[in-house]
Amino acid sequence: MINWFSQVASVTFFNLRTIPQRKGAAIAAGVGIAGVVAVFVGVLSIAEGFRAAMTVSGADDIAIVLRSSADNEMTSGLPREAVQLIANAPGVARTDDGPLASAELFVMIDLPKRSTGTPANVPLRGVGAAARAVRGDIRIVKGTDFEPGRNEVIAGVGVARSVAGLDIGETFRIGQYEWKVVGHFAGGGGAAESEIWTDAAVLQPAYHRGDIFQSVYARLVSADAFQQFKDALTTDPRLKVKVLRQADYLADQSSMLTEFIQTFGVSIAGLMALGALFGALNTMYSAVAARTREIATLRALGFGSSPVILSVVLESLAIALLGGAVGATAAYLAFDGFKAATINWQTFSQVAFAFTVTPRLLVAAVAWSVAIGLIGGLFPALRAARLPVAAALRET
Amino acid sequence: MRFFFLVSSNLKRKKLRTSLTLLSIFVAFVLFGLLCTIKEAFTAGVTMAGADRLIVRHKVSLIMTLPESYTARMERIPGVAGVDHWTWFNGIYQNEPKNFFASFPVEPERFFLLHPEFVLPEEQKQAWRNTRTGAIVGRSLAKRFGWKIGDRIPLTSPIWPREGEGAWQFDIVGIYDGASKSTDTSGLFFRYDYFDEARAREQGMVGWYYVRVNDPERAGDVARAIDNEFANSPYETKSEPEGAFAQGFVQQMGNFSMILISILSAVFFTILLVAGNTMAQAVRERTGEIGVLKAVGFTNGGVLALVLAESCLIAAVGGLPGIGVAWLVAAGGSPAPSLLPVFFLPVRYVFIGAALVLSLGVVAGILPAIQAMRLQVAVALGRHE
Repeated sequence: MINWFSQVASVTFFNLRTIPQRKGAAIAAGVGIAGVVAVFVGVLSIAEGFRAAMTVSGADDIAIVLRSSADNEMTSGLPREAVQLIANAPGVARTDDGPLASAELFVMIDLPKRSTGTPANVPLRGVGAAARAVRGDIRIVKGTDFEPGRNEVIAGVGVARSVAGLDIGETFRIGQYEWKVVGHFAGGGGAAESEIWTDAAVLQPAYHRGDIFQSVYARLVSADAFQQFKDALTTDPRLKVKVLRQADYLADQSSMLTEFIQTFGVSIAGLMALGALFGALNTMYSAVAARTREIATLRALGFGSSPVILSVVLESLAIALLGGAVGATAAYLAFDGFKAATINWQTFSQVAFAFTVTPRLLVAAVAWSVAIGLIGGLFPALRAARLPVAAALRET
Repeated sequence: MRFFFLVSSNLKRKKLRTSLTLLSIFVAFVLFGLLCTIKEAFTAGVTMAGADRLIVRHKVSLIMTLPESYTARMERIPGVAGVDHWTWFNGIYQNEPKNFFASFPVEPERFFLLHPEFVLPEEQKQAWRNTRTGAIVGRSLAKRFGWKIGDRIPLTSPIWPREGEGAWQFDIVGIYDGASKSTDTSGLFFRYDYFDEARAREQGMVGWYYVRVNDPERAGDVARAIDNEFANSPYETKSEPEGAFAQGFVQQMGNFSMILISILSAVFFTILLVAGNTMAQAVRERTGEIGVLKAVGFTNGGVLALVLAESCLIAAVGGLPGIGVAWLVAAGGSPAPSLLPVFFLPVRYVFIGAALVLSLGVVAGILPAIQAMRLQVAVALGRHE
């Protein structure tokens, strides 16, 4: 057994030392694998980043209430009486100022993108006084908060970065009204950072909305209170609403784009992997062919066929892992934290996000390069092991 | 003839290596074709835009509605040849969010006048005029759900609930085709009069307008005249050429499609590098043989041509079927019809691909070919592997 290990080790070491002689082919194979891994990590980091931006703020103890037929806030509508009933429902957390429920309006405005100057659909949210306490992670990072009752807004850091005209002190027009940007806020990296906020009471008349809201956000006493809260609202004959956990709602709103990018990323990387696999196979076959006589000599000296197989596979794995590591590092350096903004078709609004290379992605990337290395080495290794010793020794 | 015999027997020398190289080139060009298809799909709206059409929408946001009465007011503006309006209906088939597609209430007569890119036989147009609940669907949408003329389909809309309860019912009276391949045929159009009467709210309001201008040169003036007409009203408008609007719409996706395309093209080239390296290696190994060829009278030019022909042949045999397969995949339909409704490989990319195939062959072959050409017979014959 020890003999077997020493055979494997010496043949493998011998193989690895000859790589520099075949550096052209080895580099080409490694680059191919690096390319696959970089694309895989790069594309999926977009999906991860987008999903993170959409869902990171999703909490299990925050509920969102919409009209029953609506599939998002934009298509929803709730009159003030409904809002009152919802705020006073069992399960809603309360403070001295009243229930932690915020009736909100969600509209779109056209503002120019910073990068291109073309219009972007920017969500403008009218919030109630309790909105910050409901979400819990909103904080002003620059300037001040808006004053209720005035045409003032605060912009999320994401939208302030990707859209022009939202620096503090700047104004924009919607219809007959002029709005002044007084502050920027952070929201734990979540979806709120892609929104502009103002007082719902000021937004209603500006949009000829009458006394209608679109959603109610409520903080629950605990995540377990959700069922009680939901049952109370859905069984109330005065209400026609649907109740969702914020986490579920946000996950659902981001599912279409995330799934699309994932399917797209995996299929493109899969095709690429196939291409790189042919490259790796070529490299290893020529490595084996170049060493036909050496391998035959080893066999003649009494080396078993399994150390020969293993050594070739290990060599291919080494090239693949090196290529994979280079690709993953390059993708991490190039893409992680890359700031972007795109439109979420499900809400028809701009979402600012940053590409995110997660550890899970890196592990998957390593798995892909191992797979390519294994398959790319195995067939050439089997050929090496099957070489008829006598004939191979005579080969020139 | 003998020349090609030499080329092909060189390729047959190491069948395994040749086929692996062919396969990786093949995959690279399948990728190339699919990439071009996807890029085209993202920018389909821009290609489809009519040069003589304006889009008029609510100044604040596309999702806000405008009064239908603007139709008549816009028609009176000099330079306007025709007007029609669309409204985003957000129809969902069988209450299943996955079964989502673009659907709009329109006025049939105005619609046909403004949008010649949607082609419908005259008798189906007539059927639509006669059927209040009639709807026409695009060829690719009909294929997606297996709908035929005469089918009755229920749609629900989260934005536009019907007066009372229940789904909207539509009778399919026509299936339209696109005037060109880049026309989006994934939509459903139904009659505005039926819609307006039965919807529960916002009667008399529409999504946006298309305006045809008499003279595309003066489109800018007409757009300004329209916006002035409605300035300082509760529903101010923003008018712009359809192409500019579509471009802005693509920009909404952001650097996103640009990023994807640059990543993918980078990788397309890494695969080519892999393949190119192998091809170069194949030539280097044959130094001795090339020496023999020269010794028996092959000219320098002949050797150069021989090596180049070999690398171009391998690129062509691998690459051209790759483009073909990508074309077939694209013709098979969009993998995400609600996101990318227009999905085909435009002919110009086939030509670009063919040019890339040729340049791959030349680039991969040129260095070894020049080496082979410069090879001194004595040196080559003396060199032993």
